[in-house]
Amino acid sequence: MNQPKKLFTIIAFTENRIGLLNRITIIFTRRHINIESLTTSECEVEGVHRFTITTRTTEERAVKVVKQIEKLVEVIKASLHAEDETIYQELALYKIDALKIAADGTFTAFLNTLKKYNAGIQSAEKEYIIVQKLGRRVEIFMLLDALKEYHVLEFAKSGRVAMTRSANDLDQYLREMEATRAAEEIEAIGV
Amino acid sequence: MSTQAPQTAYKMKTPPRTMTGAEAVVACLLEEGVDTIFGYPGGAIMPVYDAFYDYQDHLKHILVRHEQGAVHAAQGYARVSNRVGVCIATSGPGATNLITGIADAQIDSTPLVCITGQVGSHLLGTDAFQETDVIGISMPVTKWNYQITKAEDIPAAFAKAFYIARSGRPGPVLLDITKDAQFNKLDFKYEPCTGIRSYAPYPKSRPDDIIAAASLLNSAKKPYILVGHGVLISEAQEEFRAFVEKTGIPVASTLMGLSAFPCDHPLYVGYLGMHGNYGPNVKTNQADVILAVGMRFDDRVTGNLASYAKQAKVIHIEIDPSEIGKNVKPEVAINADAKEALLALMPHVHERTHTAWIQEFKDCDAIEHEKVIKREFTLPENSIKMANVVERISRKTSGEAIVVTDVGQHQMVVSRYYAFRGHENNVTSGGLGTMGFALPAAIGAKFARPNDEVIAVIGDGGFQMTLQELGTIFQEETGVKIVLLNNNFLGMVRQWQQLFFDRRYSFVEMKNPNFIKIAEGFGITARKIEHPSELDAALDEMLAHKGPYFLEVVVEREENVFPMVPTGASVADIRLE
Ligand SMILES: Cc1ncc(C[n+]2csc(CCOP(=O)(O)OP(=O)(O)O)c2C)c(N)n1
Repeated sequence: MNQPKKLFTIIAFTENRIGLLNRITIIFTRRHINIESLTTSECEVEGVHRFTITTRTTEERAVKVVKQIEKLVEVIKASLHAEDETIYQELALYKIDALKIAADGTFTAFLNTLKKYNAGIQSAEKEYIIVQKLGRRVEIFMLLDALKEYHVLEFAKSGRVAMTRSANDLDQYLREMEATRAAEEIEAIGV
Repeated sequence: MSTQAPQTAYKMKTPPRTMTGAEAVVACLLEEGVDTIFGYPGGAIMPVYDAFYDYQDHLKHILVRHEQGAVHAAQGYARVSNRVGVCIATSGPGATNLITGIADAQIDSTPLVCITGQVGSHLLGTDAFQETDVIGISMPVTKWNYQITKAEDIPAAFAKAFYIARSGRPGPVLLDITKDAQFNKLDFKYEPCTGIRSYAPYPKSRPDDIIAAASLLNSAKKPYILVGHGVLISEAQEEFRAFVEKTGIPVASTLMGLSAFPCDHPLYVGYLGMHGNYGPNVKTNQADVILAVGMRFDDRVTGNLASYAKQAKVIHIEIDPSEIGKNVKPEVAINADAKEALLALMPHVHERTHTAWIQEFKDCDAIEHEKVIKREFTLPENSIKMANVVERISRKTSGEAIVVTDVGQHQMVVSRYYAFRGHENNVTSGGLGTMGFALPAAIGAKFARPNDEVIAVIGDGGFQMTLQELGTIFQEETGVKIVLLNNNFLGMVRQWQQLFFDRRYSFVEMKNPNFIKIAEGFGITARKIEHPSELDAALDEMLAHKGPYFLEVVVEREENVFPMVPTGASVADIRLE
C-alpha cells in the first residue's frame, strides 16, 4: 500500500496496429498514473513494434499495469524493469543564442562546458548553435542548467531508448509461442 | 470456453465465390454457426440488412426496440448457452446505444461479437452524418475491436473476432464496418482463426503449483472453496463437483458463480458478499486455506481488503493473469482454465471430510435463519415480501428455471433465496450492475434455450429502463415470464439512504404507471396482485401459462435486504439487522 514511488521502465513488444498506443495509454490514465516518457519504434523482428515507457509509481501498481498491458490481445510481451536493470539513453537538443555568446565573448567557456558534459555541436548558424547530448536524464538536465547562462532558446528531449540487462531473444520467444500454439492445436484436434 | 477448440472436420458452409461485403458478413456469421442475431437497422448498416433479407431461413434476426436491448439480449443468449452472442446496430447513435451492454459484457466476461455500421471510409473523421468514433469509445470496454474499411478484410476480421470473443477469458469484441466495405465485392473464402501469436488464451498450470496447492489442501484444518463464474465459463461444473466431493471441502459461491454448484448439495454453504449469507462471509476470516476457483475477489465479495482473509493461505485458480494478485495475494497461483486446473489437481488431493468445520457453517446458518430468514419467509397477513415471492418461485420450479435478474434489492433477494440447481441458470448483471438488463437478457436467454422456463425478476425502477422490449416479446411471442416486484421505490438506493444517509429519501420514490395496461398494450397476459392470499395461485397461473406472462407483485415498500456488509467494513462484521 505505502510503497515508495520509483521510476520504472516498461518495455512492450506489440503488433504494429492502429490504435495500440491509445489502448496502452488508457491503462495508465484510468489508474491516474502519469507516463513520464514514451518511445515507440521498430525492433529487430519485422512487423513488431517496441514501446519503451517510463513511469513513476509504486512497484505494486507498476506490476499491475504491466499485466494489463500484456493482457491486450495485440501485445506480444510486456516487462517491468527497475532503474538498475536497464541500460538506457536519452537524446537532448539545446538551441543556444549565438549572438549573445558573440556579444559576451564567452565562446571558449561555452566550449569547455560542452566538453565537461560530453556534449557536441550538432549545427551552428549565425543566430544560434544547436547542442546535442546523449545520456541519462540527470546529466541532460545538469547540462541544461549549465547552459542557462548562454541563454537557451529551445530545449527538447527524447523519451528513453532502453535495453534490459538480460539476454532475451524476442525472435526465439515468438518461435516458442508459435510452437506452443501449434501443439495446442494438435492436442485440440486430437491427432 | 475450453471446449470450443478448433475443429478438425471444418466444412465450409459458404462455397468460395465473389460477393459483396454485406453478404460476406452474413456468410461469416453462418460459418461461425450463428443462427440468431439481435439488432436494429439504420443507414450505415443497410447493405447488411439487405443481405439478411436473403438469408432469413438460415439466420434469425430479432428486431429489438432499442440497441441496448440488442446487446443485453445477446448477453443473455451467450450466458446460458456458452456460445458467442451477436448483435448488430447502425453507426452513431445505434453504436453508442450498445456501449452499456458492451461494458457489462466486458466486466462479466461474456463472449459477444457486436457489429456496427460506419460511414463510408472517405468520410471518416469528417463529422459526417451519424459518424461517431465507436472504435475510440469502445476501446476501454472491449476485449478487442477493429474497423473494417475493405471488403476483402471481412472474413479474416470476423474469424479473429469470434476466436477472441470466446477463447481464454471471454469478452465482447466490436467490429465496425464502413459502408463502402459492405458494398464492395470480395472473393469470399472463410478460414476460422485458430490462434494469434500475440495472444495466449490458455495458460497451462505448472506441476509445481499443482503439488503445492494439493499439499496445502491436504493438510488444511479449515479449508474453504470459493466458486465463481470461471467454473461456468470453462464448463467445469462436473469436474468441480467431483473435486468438492472428493476433498469434502465446503463451497460458497459468488454472485456470478451461482448455478455452478447445486445450492441443495450438502457441501454448499451459501452465497458470498455484501448481501451474502452470514456463515460464508464470517468464515472467510477463519478458514486456514482458501481455494478460489474462477473468481476475482471483487470488492463486493471482499469488503475491506485490509481485513479480508488475512489468516488464510489462498490458492487462486484463474485464467486471466492480470487478476492474480490484483486484490488478494495468493500463496499459490494456478494460472489456468478452471477445468484444466481441477483435473490436474484431482489426483493429488486426498479424500477427506470436515464434519466439525462444516458444523461451524451450520451454526451460522441457524443464527441467520433465526434472525433473518425465518422472518423473511413468513408470509405477512396484509403484504407480500420479495423473499416470499422468490422462495415460492424457487420451490415451484425446483430451482431449475433460468432466472434473470435486474439490479437492486430484488436481485439480492433472488441471489439469496432462489436455490439454483440447474445448469447455468443464473443470469444477472454482476460486475456493472446495469439496471434495465433483465428484460432484454431474458429474451436472449429464451432464444438460446427455448425449452427452459425463463423468468425475469425485475424492480419497478429497472423495468422502466428497458420496458420497450415488451415490443420485442410481443412481436416474437417470446415465452418469458416477467415478475415485477413493485415497491414504488428505487429500493436499493432507498435502503442505503435509510441506513447511511439518515433516512433522507432523496429522489427514490416513484410515481408508477399502470403496468398492467402497459403489458396488455403489448398483447401480453398480465396480472397484478397485492394480497398474500393471491400469491400462490398467481405464480401457478404464470408458470402454467404458455407464452409470455407479466406478473406484478406489489411488495412491502420499505423492506431492507440483510445481512449486509456495509461498504468499507470487514466480511467478519456483516450485519444481520
Ligand atoms: C443504469 C443504472 N442506474 C442507476 C443504478 C443505481 N441503482 C442501483 S440499485 C437501484 C435501485 C433499483 O430500483 P428497482 O429497480 O426498483 O429495484 P429494487 O431495488 O427496488 O428491487 C439504483 C438506482 C444502476 N445500478 N444502474
